[in-house]
Amino acid sequence: MTMPQPDLTSLLAGLGLFMVVASVAGYVLQLWFSPEGDNPVIENLNARIRSWWAMILMMAVALLAGRIGTTLLFAFSSFAALREFVTILDTRRGDHWAVAVAFFVVLPLQYWFIATNWYGLYSILIPVYAFLIIPMIAVLRGDTERFLGRVAGIQWALMICVYCIAHVPALLNLEIPGYAGRNVMLIAFLIIVVQGSDVAQYIWGKLLGRRKIAPSISPSKTVEGFVGGALSAVVIGAALSWITPFGPLRAGLMAFVIVIAGFLGGLVMSAIKRDRGVKDWGHTIPGHGGFLDRLDSVIFSAPIFFHLTRYWWSLT
Amino acid sequence: MTGLLAGLVANLIVIFARFVTAVRGIWMAGPPDIRPKVFFANHTSNGDFVLVWAALPHRIRSRTRPVAASDYWLTNPLRAFVGREVFKAVLINRNPEERTEDPVQLMLNALEDGSSLILFPEGKRNMGPDRLLPFKTGLYHLARQREDTDLVPVWIENLNRALPKGEILPVPIICTVTFGPPIQIALNETKEDFLARAQAALAKVAETVERPRT
Repeated sequence: MTMPQPDLTSLLAGLGLFMVVASVAGYVLQLWFSPEGDNPVIENLNARIRSWWAMILMMAVALLAGRIGTTLLFAFSSFAALREFVTILDTRRGDHWAVAVAFFVVLPLQYWFIATNWYGLYSILIPVYAFLIIPMIAVLRGDTERFLGRVAGIQWALMICVYCIAHVPALLNLEIPGYAGRNVMLIAFLIIVVQGSDVAQYIWGKLLGRRKIAPSISPSKTVEGFVGGALSAVVIGAALSWITPFGPLRAGLMAFVIVIAGFLGGLVMSAIKRDRGVKDWGHTIPGHGGFLDRLDSVIFSAPIFFHLTRYWWSLT
Repeated sequence: MTGLLAGLVANLIVIFARFVTAVRGIWMAGPPDIRPKVFFANHTSNGDFVLVWAALPHRIRSRTRPVAASDYWLTNPLRAFVGREVFKAVLINRNPEERTEDPVQLMLNALEDGSSLILFPEGKRNMGPDRLLPFKTGLYHLARQREDTDLVPVWIENLNRALPKGEILPVPIICTVTFGPPIQIALNETKEDFLARAQAALAKVAETVERPRT
């Protein structure tokens, strides 16, 4: 293990400070508005803050541990996300082998190719090979009932939960001139912008939210929350340009693209939940729901961020 | 030494069950106390008992024993070790002609020792379209002998998707185990009435489970 990035340690220290402020604020709000623990909004807020501590700690340990730690953390997140996605699919017994291959062959291979920096394979393993092989395996079981929908569900599960999430650790593979050894900061930038945007949308929405932005999909999201959150995230992104290879203007633009993709991606994931008739993806993260409830906006922005950075800044 | 190994294997089995199913216990009537109880559950998969066991809080799990068929668990030394030492199963011979001990008496002895029991009153795995098969009479005889014991209906959701019949390799699917409000047998309640009421109680728990559209 090499010495941790000085940038990374100061960034984590800053995040830690921010979390201390958030925890104190949550505590004071509880004293004022929910001393008996009877205000659900405050209770949920404090559950979220506590979970944020755990998530930031895990993230920090993984990023400090370098390539292996980061890859393992996202591989595990993919596993938990895939478990949630497959759970809400209407699978039949005939899908058993296809689902087993998705979990025990495709997922490990994808992360293996990421860890060994095999771009030619990790960029097509799921959209080409898994896309073709999953229906081939399913058809061998001979059950044609709702066949297209069942196969498409498993393909979507793999794209969303494995392919897209794997683009976060894949950022470590980019070769950017003058940025060698600092790629882990690209991950920190992406995660802080996405999650900062989610948190800022939540706060702006709670403070000023009036007009619903997508009432039929996600009734808690408001125009005010979205605009305030997006602007905040662009400011955060520009302010974080010192950890990126981009410069302030382009870092702000990157943050803007990330926020739009994340917002619309969040709506897509909510639409899937509504379609399947569930409220949350899971219950593993208190106050937030499942892994997919927390990762939905990362999922849709990570591949776009990866490819924009790769196209304009990377040599490989 | 055997006890240590059995404890280790028990923990590994629980960790594996959590890894595959992320199992979560839901207590409709609040957290349980440690008095001996009879958990009676629906039965659709060979892993049912392990899942209920993994969903129990540790202090209750360590004193909870499944009621299982000796003709299955004693067929080879590995199974016998897991059945006897790890799960401490109350083993019952399903064939009345070969029996040397009364099954209800074996269960009563376990409750008397302070253990709780996990029982599958349908008697075999339910593969059909009906939510529950008719209950066997063992639960009634047990309840009649211990009228003050809590009988807890337990609904296991999704395990038959993680491990369908005939498959060897489980796939990860999130499962829940819902513990309903306990029931007790009433004075003068007939066998038929009691079994129907117990079955209705379990069916009612099943209705509260949140599940995706089909």
